[in-house]
Amino acid sequence: MIPISHYLILSAVMFTIGCAGVLTRRNAIIIFMCIELMLNSVNLTFVAFSAYLGDSAGQIIVFFVMAVAAAEAAVGLAIVLALFRNKKSVDINDVNILKW
Amino acid sequence: MHHYVGLIVLFPLIGLIVNGLFGRHIRSERVVGWIGSLAVGIPFLVAAAILYGMLGSPVEERSNTVTLFTWIAAGSFQVNAAYQVDQLSILMTLIVTGVGFLIHVYSIGYMHGDRGFWRFFTYLNLFIFAMLNLVLADNYVLMFLGWEGVGLCSYLLIGFWYEKKFAGTSITWTGDAANKAFWVNRIGDFAFMLGMFLIFREFGSLTFSTVMDSASSLAPGNSTMFWITLLLFIGATGKSAQIPLFVWLPDAMAGPTPVSALIHAATMVTAGVYMVARNSLLYALAPDTMMIVAVIGALTAIVAASIGLAQNDIKKVLAYSTVSQLGYMFLALGVGAFTAGIFHVMTHAFFKACLFLGSGSVIHAMHEEQDIRKMGGLAPVMPKTYYTFLISSFAIAGFPPLSGFFSKDEILWSAFSQGSVLLWAVGALAALMTAFYMFRMVTLTFLGTPRWAKDKHPHESPPTMTIPLIVLAFLAVTGGFLGIPAALGGGNALHHWLHPVFERALDRLPTAHEYSHMTEYLFMLVSVVIGVSGFWFGRKIYLANPDADDTFAAKAGGVFRTLSRKYYIDEGYMRGIVNPLVATSDRFLSRVVDTALIDGFVNGLAKVTASFSGVLRLVQTGVVQSYASMIVVGLLLVLGLILLG
Amino acid sequence: MTFETILFYVLALAGIVSALLVITRRNPMHAALFLIVNFVALAGIYLTLHAQFVAITQVLVYAGAIMVLVLFVIMLLNLQNEQDLFEKRSWRSYSGPILSLLLLALLLRTVAFVSGGSFDRISPESERIGTVANIGQQLFTAFVFPFEMASLLLLAAMVGAVILAKKRFP
Repeated sequence: MIPISHYLILSAVMFTIGCAGVLTRRNAIIIFMCIELMLNSVNLTFVAFSAYLGDSAGQIIVFFVMAVAAAEAAVGLAIVLALFRNKKSVDINDVNILKW
Repeated sequence: MHHYVGLIVLFPLIGLIVNGLFGRHIRSERVVGWIGSLAVGIPFLVAAAILYGMLGSPVEERSNTVTLFTWIAAGSFQVNAAYQVDQLSILMTLIVTGVGFLIHVYSIGYMHGDRGFWRFFTYLNLFIFAMLNLVLADNYVLMFLGWEGVGLCSYLLIGFWYEKKFAGTSITWTGDAANKAFWVNRIGDFAFMLGMFLIFREFGSLTFSTVMDSASSLAPGNSTMFWITLLLFIGATGKSAQIPLFVWLPDAMAGPTPVSALIHAATMVTAGVYMVARNSLLYALAPDTMMIVAVIGALTAIVAASIGLAQNDIKKVLAYSTVSQLGYMFLALGVGAFTAGIFHVMTHAFFKACLFLGSGSVIHAMHEEQDIRKMGGLAPVMPKTYYTFLISSFAIAGFPPLSGFFSKDEILWSAFSQGSVLLWAVGALAALMTAFYMFRMVTLTFLGTPRWAKDKHPHESPPTMTIPLIVLAFLAVTGGFLGIPAALGGGNALHHWLHPVFERALDRLPTAHEYSHMTEYLFMLVSVVIGVSGFWFGRKIYLANPDADDTFAAKAGGVFRTLSRKYYIDEGYMRGIVNPLVATSDRFLSRVVDTALIDGFVNGLAKVTASFSGVLRLVQTGVVQSYASMIVVGLLLVLGLILLG
Repeated sequence: MTFETILFYVLALAGIVSALLVITRRNPMHAALFLIVNFVALAGIYLTLHAQFVAITQVLVYAGAIMVLVLFVIMLLNLQNEQDLFEKRSWRSYSGPILSLLLLALLLRTVAFVSGGSFDRISPESERIGTVANIGQQLFTAFVFPFEMASLLLLAAMVGAVILAKKRFP
């Protein structure tokens, strides 16, 4: 049988990849996708613990995470649309008015 | 009955709220006026009912405390909104509400047609509310609340006609006079607060009964007691217009005349006397302060009376007369005759309120003319005003058997028997001056030939004004019968009534010398002679020659000018205290301390912060990714601390 | 080596490789497609954990709804390659990977704590709890309040998205 640590290592690796993407990429949509990646890695941890501990709460939380992700997708992409309309770009380096 | 004491305070509060919030929209002056008046009249009836209940109960049960709610609770320190109903406070309550009610009714007529009619009654009710808290309080804090409250009302009412001009030393309009009253009172209030703090440090409580109980075990001559009582007395000199803080009262005459009658003659200015009487035990433990009180009282009596000799404004004469009479009260307190002091508070409230209201009636009739040199011959025109004024003048001059005779004579006799001949002599001289300036004023105002302009048409005032005058004149005649001394075969009812309040204080005072009744009769005779001669001279000189002042000015110019300029005290204060203070504030405190030091420090701090943040804000790039990097750094630090730390 | 074990390692490899491709592709369209691969791989991994409901929702919601939305936006904006990714390097393109590697080290250190006991094999209960019936029952009994809240959240997100994406702000 596969011990839980393998699932967790997979989750950690995917989380880190998502994190690296968020920190380095400049296209707002790709950053958005990297965030989805991180969310999914966390979902994997939840499901793994749920299965190994025999507790259904973990899978319920994954359900709610998905609901939040859906909401985030709708609002986030709407923001990207509005941004593109104003700046003619989705490069987040062009969006630096959030200062001073 | 004493449980209903809350009602006494409640009604003025209701009147204040109703008139204050809705008075502007009530069209009818009568409704506003009678709401205000009844808010004071009903408490009078309640107080009378409580008095009746107290008369029917044994002496030990006459003093009660009614706690309404806990006001301040901080650790062991607790202050209640509690009212002490005893012989002294109920007497003061009756004076405040009784005289207050009459003056409210009078104001309905006097303030007729004034733009701020409802405002006036709101302030008056607020004043009565504060004054009742002052006299009924069972602790220093609540008393101080009332003390400040009446000060505020005094300020508001002096400056009531805020657009009016008013002449005085460095004063050009009523607001200046109001400010002057407020500031001078602040000095006294500050001392009162210091006294309060000292009491709390010494006794750990601010409730009268607790403080008095702990104080009764102390021996006289304690230095802490000296400072406590001295500070409280300085507070009293502010509120009750004694040397050196009396200068505000004459300028307080800028307010409407009913205000002068109610606040600056009958009630508020006697708060200091009441406060000293309330703390009689503490004063009895500090003989040195008692001496200071007596000397200040006597000095104030004679200084103010002498200034009153040379004043031409009808209200100014009465104002200095009030200061002088307050001096008498403190003289009485200083020599340990607490009852006599309170007795004089009562009789003075009657005749001085009557005199002020009478002067208001005259001013009303003369269309805001206040200079007595431009009056004369008003007696036939306004007989009711004249006769009530005359009766009250006789009362203040000490003609037997009017009220002023009994109270003033008791004070003078106490000054001699418990104090010294010197105090008596000063008091007697002041009494002579009092009788003289009173009849100088009566003669110049009401007698002789009219000196007013032809276009003026003086008339008798309406009944709302004359009826209070008549009632007050009646009280000025009969009020003294409460305190007929034993030498005249009277029982001195007031003395017995108040005795339980002052019992512990009197026990600690040296007993008075016993003099025979013959001596007492002699002193009474001297008092009467003084009163009659003052009356006779005042009347004769000024009836024969209304311009006698000019003769005096010509013969003794220096003295006369000194008196009419009030010993240059105001000028002295301006030059000695106010101007240096203003100059220091302007040149040093404002420009050096405030602008250079404080502003420099604050602005410097801001500049340092700004320069630091100028560097720090470079971190705020506005790029979301750099913020995300910082989040990851934080996450790493926290995780690292947990796992490796 | 059972079939399940082999399946897991294959899917895990697919997931990691597709994730790496997501963050390295310059063309957003390619990145999105690899993300779908990643999601499908994850759905398979969920199945090895007997989480049928989550696996199905993963495909339906993520790979289906959300990624369709993303692709739609990419096409709508007609996005080009991230041209200057390697031309205008900022300090973040170096610090990002370093920070991420540090994070990975710490996360793996954390994983080392989880071993032994029930963590060595999947609970026999898992076959029951992963079913649609069980999740549905849990959602409508113990978690009914958060469930309703989630619906409100989605409504709010919908309104927000409509407002934000409108041509002109009122």
